Amino acid sequence: MRMRRMAVLAIAGALALSACGKDSEEEDAGAAPAPSAATGVTLEGSPTFDKMTSRGSVVIGVKEDQPNLGYKDPTTGEYSGFDISVAKYIASKLGFGEDKIEFKAVPSANRETAIQGGQIDYYVGTYSITDKRKEQVSFAGPYFIAGQDLLVRKDDNSITGPDTLDGKTVCSVTGSTPLQRIRDEYKGAKTIEFQKYSQCVDQMLSGQVDAITTDDAILLGYAAQQPDELKVVGKPFSEEKYGVGLPKDDKVLRDKVNDVIEEMETSGEWQRIYDATLGQSGSTATPPPLERY
Amino acid sequence: MLETLTDNWDLFVEAFRTTVLLLIVSGAISLVAGTLLGAMRVSPVPALRTAGTAYVTLLRNTPLTFVFFFVAFGFPRLDIRFSYFAFAVVALSAYTSAFVCEAVRSGINTVHVGQAEAARAIGMTFGQTLTQVVLPQALRAAVPPVMSVIIALAKNTTIASGFGVMEAGAIGATLNERGYPAFDAMIWVAVGFVIVVLPLSLTQRRLERAVVRSR
Repeated sequence: MRMRRMAVLAIAGALALSACGKDSEEEDAGAAPAPSAATGVTLEGSPTFDKMTSRGSVVIGVKEDQPNLGYKDPTTGEYSGFDISVAKYIASKLGFGEDKIEFKAVPSANRETAIQGGQIDYYVGTYSITDKRKEQVSFAGPYFIAGQDLLVRKDDNSITGPDTLDGKTVCSVTGSTPLQRIRDEYKGAKTIEFQKYSQCVDQMLSGQVDAITTDDAILLGYAAQQPDELKVVGKPFSEEKYGVGLPKDDKVLRDKVNDVIEEMETSGEWQRIYDATLGQSGSTATPPPLERY
Repeated sequence: MLETLTDNWDLFVEAFRTTVLLLIVSGAISLVAGTLLGAMRVSPVPALRTAGTAYVTLLRNTPLTFVFFFVAFGFPRLDIRFSYFAFAVVALSAYTSAFVCEAVRSGINTVHVGQAEAARAIGMTFGQTLTQVVLPQALRAAVPPVMSVIIALAKNTTIASGFGVMEAGAIGATLNERGYPAFDAMIWVAVGFVIVVLPLSLTQRRLERAVVRSR
């Protein structure tokens, strides 16, 4: 009798220790979209997943300077935004709770290298799916569709779209696709490159550049940060499908992440995440159809 | 590998043209300003010496990125507005002048002080002593270190890509975004720099030979 009670206690204790992440989640499940870590996930034949499991944590590449998308609070060091929430959700469905996630800020230019070199397990950070990139990495998703737009000073009514950029100075991140598009298709505009969007914003506020161009989702975040100074033109002129960047040959993991994204969209979790992050600027959106391959 | 270069030939040409232009303009300004600074540091006027020393101490001990930051982000706030190319030239010249100054000064130190004294003794002014006796000899000795500084400048121009100037330093990011492997892009940028710097090394060799002949 005594023996049995002790055994029960031991088991209960072990359960409490091992599943504490799960417990806390069940209490505040209704409040914040903090997903519970799935248990007993197995993925046969996924080297990336094997690596995560043996490490006991997942390393996710993200952006750190895009408000409402992927943003690192400089004082607390906390990451937040739409991409971050999506990354957390995927991690939870792979069996990694929030305390088992390590975010790594990887700028656009180093994404492929970081994925190929195994410094990160997967990448969630305004990563547009293109055929050319599929030669180096693979993509799950898309989980969001953005479009190229323009951010201008609030009092500037002369810029209403890409056709009105003649003689204007347009800033974006060094070598980025939106900047290359402006350079190729709107030759009247003068292009300027900086390493971060925040530096472009700084230059625009001090009057050195007239517009900043990139995906509307990113621009909306900056407009929301400084609503008295900045506004988004609001006429997207391209389609960017954001995907989750994964190692090229890991089809098993890619299929699994696609399943997770599908579940996120059908369960209403996608909408909840959107409303809590990007939707705060007043915009609305619906999840795009998956493109499995 | 090769297609990374051939597919994007336009970009390479445009970017390296800007790099070479940056190099020529800031190189020329640095040589003139650096020589003047060097002259200031050996001049008999204490105020000039102090100013020269202060400049070198300040600029030589500051990271170039910081100088760039100060110019590209600070100047607009003070309502000083140029193109970003001009900002880059200002930053690169300000920084490189300090190094040219020290290279020139090391050259001046190789000229025996007796020569300057002799020039003074026959009634030459400080300016004449410097331009006709000391500097011609000093610059010969200064050729190798000055060329090293200019070659370093050629490579330092890549920092401008982070401050609004589309030059060779931006090729990597641009090609990466176009979906070409980052490593291939970097190899070709490196090859490009060897081609840019090679003439500088050759110039140094020719200048040194000219010095030997004239002595």
